[in-house]
Amino acid sequence: MSEGTITGERRGEPPGDATWPEEIYRVLRDFGVTQFAYVPDAGHKVLIDLSLADEAVSSVPLTTEEEGVGLLAGAHLGGARGVLLMQSSGVGNCINFLSLAKGGQFPFLMLVSMRGDFGEGNPWQVPMGQAVEPVLGAMGVLCIRADEAREAAAAVRAAATMAFQSGQAVAVLLTQKLIGAKPF
Amino acid sequence: MENAPEFSLDRNEAVPRLVGRHEDFLVVAGLAGTARDLTYLSGDAPHVFALAGAMGAATTMGLGLALARPERRVLVVTGDGELLMNVGSLATAAVINPPNLAIVCVDNGHYGETGYQKSHTSLGVDLEQMAIGAGIRTTRTIRREEEIPEASRLIREGNGTSFVLMRVRPNESPPHKRDLDPTSEKLRFRGAVLDGGPDLPRP
Repeated sequence: MSEGTITGERRGEPPGDATWPEEIYRVLRDFGVTQFAYVPDAGHKVLIDLSLADEAVSSVPLTTEEEGVGLLAGAHLGGARGVLLMQSSGVGNCINFLSLAKGGQFPFLMLVSMRGDFGEGNPWQVPMGQAVEPVLGAMGVLCIRADEAREAAAAVRAAATMAFQSGQAVAVLLTQKLIGAKPF
Repeated sequence: MENAPEFSLDRNEAVPRLVGRHEDFLVVAGLAGTARDLTYLSGDAPHVFALAGAMGAATTMGLGLALARPERRVLVVTGDGELLMNVGSLATAAVINPPNLAIVCVDNGHYGETGYQKSHTSLGVDLEQMAIGAGIRTTRTIRREEEIPEASRLIREGNGTSFVLMRVRPNESPPHKRDLDPTSEKLRFRGAVLDGGPDLPRP
Protein backbone atom coordinates (compact mmCIF):
# COMPACT_ATOMS: atom_id res chain seq x y z
CA MET A 1 0.00 0.00 0.00
CA SER A 2 1.44 3.37 -0.90
CA GLU A 3 1.92 6.02 1.78
CA GLY A 4 -0.70 8.21 0.15
CA THR A 5 -3.48 5.71 0.71
CA ILE A 6 -2.87 5.33 4.45
CA THR A 7 -4.95 7.75 6.46
CA GLY A 8 -3.66 9.29 9.67
CA GLU A 9 -6.24 7.31 11.59
CA ARG A 10 -4.94 4.11 10.02
CA ARG A 11 -1.47 4.91 11.37
CA GLY A 12 -2.86 5.48 14.86
CA GLU A 13 -2.63 9.27 14.78
CA PRO A 14 -4.95 11.53 16.74
CA PRO A 15 -7.83 12.93 14.67
CA GLY A 16 -6.78 15.80 12.42
CA ASP A 17 -8.94 18.32 14.31
CA ALA A 18 -7.40 17.46 17.69
CA THR A 19 -5.77 20.51 19.32
CA TRP A 20 -4.23 18.79 22.34
CA PRO A 21 -0.90 17.98 20.66
CA GLU A 22 -0.29 21.70 20.04
CA GLU A 23 -1.43 22.48 23.60
CA ILE A 24 1.03 19.93 24.98
CA TYR A 25 3.84 21.42 22.92
CA ARG A 26 3.08 24.89 24.31
CA VAL A 27 3.10 23.53 27.88
CA LEU A 28 6.49 21.89 27.32
CA ARG A 29 7.97 25.07 25.85
CA ASP A 30 6.51 27.17 28.69
CA PHE A 31 8.41 24.89 31.11
CA GLY A 32 11.63 25.59 29.23
CA VAL A 33 11.97 22.17 27.61
CA THR A 34 14.66 22.43 24.92
CA GLN A 35 15.53 18.79 24.23
CA PHE A 36 12.89 16.64 22.50
CA ALA A 37 14.07 13.02 22.27
CA TYR A 38 11.94 10.57 20.37
CA VAL A 39 11.48 7.25 18.72
CA PRO A 40 8.84 8.01 16.11
CA ASP A 41 5.26 7.09 16.83
CA ALA A 42 2.09 8.15 15.08
CA GLY A 43 0.64 9.31 18.40
CA HIS A 44 3.51 11.82 18.74
CA LYS A 45 3.57 12.96 15.10
CA VAL A 46 2.48 16.55 15.75
CA LEU A 47 4.82 17.01 18.73
CA ILE A 48 7.78 15.67 16.75
CA ASP A 49 6.98 17.90 13.77
CA LEU A 50 6.60 20.97 16.00
CA SER A 51 9.95 20.30 17.67
CA LEU A 52 11.65 19.79 14.31
CA ALA A 53 10.27 23.12 13.10
CA ASP A 54 11.29 25.00 16.28
CA GLU A 55 14.79 26.48 15.97
CA ALA A 56 14.91 27.13 19.71
CA VAL A 57 14.97 23.41 20.59
CA SER A 58 16.96 20.30 19.76
CA SER A 59 14.92 17.47 18.29
CA VAL A 60 16.84 14.24 18.77
CA PRO A 61 15.85 11.03 16.99
CA LEU A 62 16.89 7.96 18.97
CA THR A 63 17.75 4.46 17.78
CA THR A 64 16.25 3.04 20.98
CA GLU A 65 14.30 4.64 23.78
CA GLU A 66 16.84 4.21 26.57
CA GLU A 67 19.12 6.63 24.74
CA GLY A 68 16.53 9.25 25.62
CA VAL A 69 16.92 8.49 29.32
CA GLY A 70 20.66 9.03 28.99
CA LEU A 71 20.14 12.21 26.97
CA LEU A 72 17.76 13.72 29.52
CA ALA A 73 20.12 12.85 32.38
CA GLY A 74 22.91 14.67 30.54
CA ALA A 75 20.61 17.61 29.89
CA HIS A 76 19.89 17.84 33.62
CA LEU A 77 23.60 17.74 34.47
CA GLY A 78 23.98 20.75 32.21
CA GLY A 79 20.95 22.62 33.57
CA ALA A 80 18.61 22.00 30.62
CA ARG A 81 15.24 20.29 30.43
CA GLY A 82 14.12 17.56 28.09
CA VAL A 83 11.22 15.28 27.31
CA LEU A 84 11.22 11.72 25.99
CA LEU A 85 8.49 10.82 23.49
CA MET A 86 7.88 7.13 22.89
CA GLN A 87 5.38 4.39 22.38
CA SER A 88 4.54 2.03 25.23
CA SER A 89 6.63 -0.74 23.65
CA GLY A 90 9.68 1.48 24.21
CA VAL A 91 9.14 1.63 27.96
CA GLY A 92 10.58 -1.85 28.28
CA ASN A 93 13.79 -0.68 26.60
CA CYS A 94 14.29 2.04 29.23
CA ILE A 95 14.13 0.07 32.44
CA ASN A 96 17.79 -0.34 33.45
CA PHE A 97 18.63 3.25 32.48
CA LEU A 98 15.88 4.42 34.83
CA SER A 99 18.33 3.51 37.60
CA LEU A 100 19.34 7.14 37.06
CA ALA A 101 15.88 8.17 38.25
CA LYS A 102 15.47 5.89 41.23
CA GLY A 103 19.12 5.77 42.29
CA GLY A 104 20.31 9.18 41.14
CA GLN A 105 17.13 11.17 41.66
CA PHE A 106 17.35 12.67 38.19
CA PRO A 107 14.10 14.29 37.07
CA PHE A 108 12.53 12.71 33.99
CA LEU A 109 9.53 13.63 31.91
CA MET A 110 8.27 11.14 29.37
CA LEU A 111 5.17 11.07 27.21
CA VAL A 112 4.09 7.54 26.36
CA SER A 113 1.58 6.95 23.58
CA MET A 114 -0.13 3.77 24.65
CA ARG A 115 -0.62 0.63 22.68
CA GLY A 116 -1.93 -2.63 24.06
CA ASP A 117 -4.70 -1.11 26.09
CA PHE A 118 -8.22 0.12 25.20
CA GLY A 119 -9.35 -1.61 22.01
CA GLU A 120 -5.96 -3.02 20.93
CA GLY A 121 -6.23 -5.29 17.89
CA ASN A 122 -2.58 -6.39 17.65
CA PRO A 123 -1.79 -9.10 20.20
CA TRP A 124 1.94 -8.32 20.03
CA GLN A 125 1.30 -4.95 21.67
CA VAL A 126 -0.67 -6.23 24.63
CA PRO A 127 2.05 -7.70 26.90
CA MET A 128 4.24 -4.56 27.02
CA GLY A 129 1.29 -2.19 26.97
CA GLN A 130 -0.20 -3.86 30.03
CA ALA A 131 3.21 -3.94 31.74
CA VAL A 132 3.89 -0.20 31.37
CA GLU A 133 2.48 0.94 34.70
CA PRO A 134 3.85 -1.91 36.85
CA VAL A 135 7.38 -1.72 35.42
CA LEU A 136 7.54 2.08 35.53
CA GLY A 137 6.22 1.93 39.08
CA ALA A 138 8.88 -0.61 39.99
CA MET A 139 11.56 1.84 38.80
CA GLY A 140 10.07 4.74 40.74
CA VAL A 141 8.41 6.50 37.79
CA LEU A 142 5.04 8.10 38.57
CA CYS A 143 2.33 7.58 35.95
CA ILE A 144 -0.42 10.02 35.01
CA ARG A 145 -3.05 8.79 32.56
CA ALA A 146 -4.71 11.06 30.02
CA ASP A 147 -7.86 9.51 28.58
CA GLU A 148 -9.58 12.56 27.12
CA ALA A 149 -8.54 15.43 24.88
CA ARG A 150 -9.59 18.07 27.42
CA GLU A 151 -7.26 16.66 30.11
CA ALA A 152 -4.15 16.01 28.00
CA ALA A 153 -2.47 19.41 28.40
CA ALA A 154 -3.35 19.55 32.10
CA ALA A 155 -1.80 16.11 32.60
CA VAL A 156 1.43 17.24 30.93
CA ARG A 157 1.44 20.46 32.98
CA ALA A 158 1.04 18.43 36.17
CA ALA A 159 3.76 15.99 35.14
CA ALA A 160 6.19 18.77 34.14
CA THR A 161 5.65 20.48 37.50
CA MET A 162 6.33 17.24 39.36
CA ALA A 163 9.41 16.53 37.23
CA PHE A 164 11.05 19.95 37.08
CA GLN A 165 10.01 21.45 40.42
CA SER A 166 9.78 18.33 42.57
CA GLY A 167 12.56 16.37 40.86
CA GLN A 168 10.44 13.32 40.12
CA ALA A 169 10.42 10.90 37.21
CA VAL A 170 6.97 11.14 35.65
CA ALA A 171 5.33 9.49 32.66
CA VAL A 172 2.17 10.78 31.03
CA LEU A 173 0.32 7.88 29.44
CA LEU A 174 -1.58 9.11 26.38
CA THR A 175 -4.07 6.27 26.22
CA GLN A 176 -5.85 4.72 23.27
CA LYS A 177 -9.06 6.32 24.51
CA LEU A 178 -7.36 9.63 23.76
CA ILE A 179 -5.37 8.76 20.64
CA GLY A 180 -7.65 6.07 19.24
CA ALA A 181 -6.78 2.43 18.69
CA LYS A 182 -4.87 1.67 15.50
CA PRO A 183 -7.14 -0.52 13.36
CA PHE A 184 -5.97 -3.97 12.21
CA MET B 1 45.94 -13.34 28.96
CA GLU B 2 46.30 -12.88 25.21
CA ASN B 3 47.62 -9.52 24.18
CA ALA B 4 47.05 -8.92 20.50
CA PRO B 5 49.57 -6.45 19.05
CA GLU B 6 46.98 -3.78 18.30
CA PHE B 7 46.00 -3.66 22.01
CA SER B 8 49.36 -2.29 23.05
CA LEU B 9 49.07 0.99 24.96
CA ASP B 10 49.10 1.18 28.77
CA ARG B 11 45.87 2.90 29.77
CA ASN B 12 47.46 4.29 32.93
CA GLU B 13 49.81 6.35 30.77
CA ALA B 14 47.81 6.81 27.58
CA VAL B 15 44.49 8.02 29.05
CA PRO B 16 46.06 10.85 31.11
CA ARG B 17 48.17 11.89 28.11
CA LEU B 18 45.18 11.94 25.78
CA VAL B 19 42.91 13.82 28.19
CA GLY B 20 45.60 16.26 29.24
CA ARG B 21 44.11 19.16 31.20
CA HIS B 22 40.87 17.54 32.45
CA GLU B 23 39.62 21.01 33.42
CA ASP B 24 39.21 21.73 29.69
CA PHE B 25 36.15 19.45 29.69
CA LEU B 26 32.91 18.47 31.30
CA VAL B 27 33.42 14.71 31.50
CA VAL B 28 31.06 11.74 31.43
CA ALA B 29 32.94 8.53 32.18
CA GLY B 30 31.67 5.02 31.52
CA LEU B 31 31.66 2.22 34.02
CA ALA B 32 34.45 0.46 35.88
CA GLY B 33 37.81 1.05 34.17
CA THR B 34 37.15 4.40 32.56
CA ALA B 35 35.31 5.63 35.66
CA ARG B 36 38.41 4.88 37.76
CA ASP B 37 40.72 6.32 35.08
CA LEU B 38 38.93 9.66 35.09
CA THR B 39 38.07 10.03 38.77
CA TYR B 40 41.66 9.15 39.65
CA LEU B 41 43.31 11.50 37.19
CA SER B 42 40.98 14.37 38.09
CA GLY B 43 41.20 13.77 41.84
CA ASP B 44 37.41 13.20 42.03
CA ALA B 45 36.79 16.60 40.48
CA PRO B 46 33.12 17.68 40.42
CA HIS B 47 33.09 18.20 36.64
CA VAL B 48 33.54 14.44 36.12
CA PHE B 49 30.36 12.37 36.24
CA ALA B 50 31.24 8.67 36.31
CA LEU B 51 28.69 5.91 35.85
CA ALA B 52 28.59 2.72 37.87
CA GLY B 53 25.41 1.41 36.26
CA ALA B 54 23.02 2.26 33.41
CA MET B 55 25.58 0.58 31.16
CA GLY B 56 25.41 2.07 27.67
CA ALA B 57 24.28 5.55 28.76
CA ALA B 58 27.61 7.41 28.64
CA THR B 59 27.44 8.62 25.02
CA THR B 60 23.87 9.92 25.16
CA MET B 61 24.51 11.55 28.55
CA GLY B 62 27.40 13.35 26.92
CA LEU B 63 25.15 14.35 24.03
CA GLY B 64 22.47 15.82 26.29
CA LEU B 65 25.14 17.64 28.28
CA ALA B 66 26.79 18.99 25.12
CA LEU B 67 23.46 20.36 23.89
CA ALA B 68 22.77 21.89 27.30
CA ARG B 69 26.20 23.58 27.59
CA PRO B 70 27.26 24.59 24.07
CA GLU B 71 29.91 26.93 25.48
CA ARG B 72 31.78 24.05 27.17
CA ARG B 73 33.61 21.10 25.67
CA VAL B 74 32.13 17.76 26.66
CA LEU B 75 34.23 14.61 26.75
CA VAL B 76 32.80 11.10 26.99
CA VAL B 77 35.39 8.52 28.03
CA THR B 78 34.04 5.02 27.96
CA GLY B 79 35.05 1.40 27.40
CA ASP B 80 34.43 -1.00 24.57
CA GLY B 81 31.88 -3.03 26.53
CA GLU B 82 29.92 0.03 27.63
CA LEU B 83 29.84 1.45 24.11
CA LEU B 84 28.91 -1.87 22.52
CA MET B 85 25.88 -2.13 24.80
CA ASN B 86 24.30 0.90 23.12
CA VAL B 87 26.35 1.29 19.97
CA GLY B 88 23.39 2.92 18.22
CA SER B 89 24.06 5.95 20.41
CA LEU B 90 26.95 6.73 18.03
CA ALA B 91 24.35 7.18 15.28
CA THR B 92 22.27 9.44 17.51
CA ALA B 93 25.31 11.56 18.39
CA ALA B 94 26.33 11.70 14.71
CA VAL B 95 23.01 13.00 13.41
CA ILE B 96 23.03 15.81 16.00
CA ASN B 97 26.79 16.29 15.60
CA PRO B 98 27.41 18.90 18.32
CA PRO B 99 30.80 20.53 17.72
CA ASN B 100 31.60 20.54 21.46
CA LEU B 101 31.33 16.75 21.92
CA ALA B 102 34.19 14.26 21.77
CA ILE B 103 33.86 10.53 22.46
CA VAL B 104 36.89 8.50 23.52
CA CYS B 105 36.64 4.72 23.70
CA VAL B 106 39.35 3.07 25.78
CA ASP B 107 39.27 -0.31 24.07
CA ASN B 108 40.99 -3.15 25.91
CA GLY B 109 39.00 -5.83 24.10
CA HIS B 110 37.70 -7.23 27.36
CA TYR B 111 35.11 -6.93 30.10
CA GLY B 112 37.65 -6.17 32.81
CA GLU B 113 35.18 -5.75 35.63
CA THR B 114 33.71 -9.22 35.28
CA GLY B 115 36.89 -11.27 34.90
CA TYR B 116 38.40 -10.20 31.56
CA GLN B 117 36.11 -12.10 29.24
CA LYS B 118 36.79 -11.13 25.62
CA SER B 119 34.54 -8.46 24.18
CA HIS B 120 33.50 -8.26 20.55
CA THR B 121 36.42 -5.93 19.80
CA SER B 122 38.81 -8.82 20.51
CA LEU B 123 36.79 -10.89 18.07
CA GLY B 124 36.92 -8.65 15.02
CA VAL B 125 34.56 -5.76 15.76
CA ASP B 126 36.08 -2.36 14.96
CA LEU B 127 34.38 0.46 16.84
CA GLU B 128 36.07 3.17 14.77
CA GLN B 129 34.52 1.64 11.65
CA MET B 130 31.16 1.57 13.43
CA ALA B 131 31.58 5.24 14.34
CA ILE B 132 32.39 6.02 10.70
CA GLY B 133 29.37 4.02 9.59
CA ALA B 134 27.26 5.92 12.12
CA GLY B 135 28.26 9.12 10.36
CA ILE B 136 30.87 10.59 12.70
CA ARG B 137 33.20 12.40 10.32
CA THR B 138 36.25 12.89 12.53
CA THR B 139 37.61 9.61 13.86
CA ARG B 140 40.95 8.14 14.86
CA THR B 141 42.34 4.86 16.12
CA ILE B 142 45.38 5.20 18.35
CA ARG B 143 47.72 2.27 18.82
CA ARG B 144 51.03 4.01 19.55
CA GLU B 145 52.12 6.71 21.97
CA GLU B 146 53.27 9.05 19.20
CA GLU B 147 49.69 9.20 17.91
CA ILE B 148 48.36 10.61 21.18
CA PRO B 149 49.23 14.35 20.86
CA GLU B 150 47.31 14.83 17.61
CA ALA B 151 44.25 13.09 19.07
CA SER B 152 44.55 15.17 22.23
CA ARG B 153 44.24 18.30 20.06
CA LEU B 154 41.44 16.79 18.01
CA ILE B 155 39.15 16.24 20.99
CA ARG B 156 39.53 19.93 21.86
CA GLU B 157 38.58 21.40 18.50
CA GLY B 158 36.60 20.72 15.37
CA ASN B 159 33.34 21.58 13.71
CA GLY B 160 31.57 18.40 14.71
CA THR B 161 31.58 15.47 17.10
CA SER B 162 34.78 13.46 17.13
CA PHE B 163 35.50 9.85 18.04
CA VAL B 164 38.83 8.41 19.21
CA LEU B 165 39.37 4.71 19.67
CA MET B 166 42.36 4.01 21.91
CA ARG B 167 43.57 0.43 21.85
CA VAL B 168 45.05 -0.51 25.23
CA ARG B 169 46.35 -3.61 26.95
CA PRO B 170 43.87 -5.38 29.24
CA ASN B 171 45.62 -4.21 32.38
CA GLU B 172 44.03 -2.70 35.46
CA SER B 173 43.07 0.94 35.79
CA PRO B 174 44.07 2.73 39.02
CA PRO B 175 42.71 1.02 42.17
CA HIS B 176 40.81 4.15 43.05
CA LYS B 177 37.86 4.15 45.49
CA ARG B 178 35.48 6.66 44.02
CA ASP B 179 32.10 7.97 45.11
CA LEU B 180 29.46 5.50 43.96
CA ASP B 181 26.43 7.58 44.94
CA PRO B 182 24.86 8.95 41.74
CA THR B 183 22.83 11.53 43.63
CA SER B 184 25.84 13.10 45.32
CA GLU B 185 27.79 12.97 42.05
CA LYS B 186 24.93 14.72 40.29
CA LEU B 187 24.62 17.44 42.91
CA ARG B 188 28.38 18.10 42.93
CA PHE B 189 28.46 18.22 39.14
CA ARG B 190 25.56 20.64 38.88
CA GLY B 191 26.91 22.74 41.72
CA ALA B 192 30.22 23.13 39.92
CA VAL B 193 28.85 23.57 36.42
CA LEU B 194 25.75 25.67 36.89
CA ASP B 195 27.16 28.26 39.28
CA GLY B 196 24.03 28.78 41.33
CA GLY B 197 21.68 27.10 38.94
CA PRO B 198 19.94 28.05 35.73
CA ASP B 199 17.01 30.42 35.70
CA LEU B 200 14.40 28.09 34.27
CA PRO B 201 10.70 28.90 34.15
CA ARG B 202 8.07 27.87 36.69
CA PRO B 203 4.92 28.62 34.68
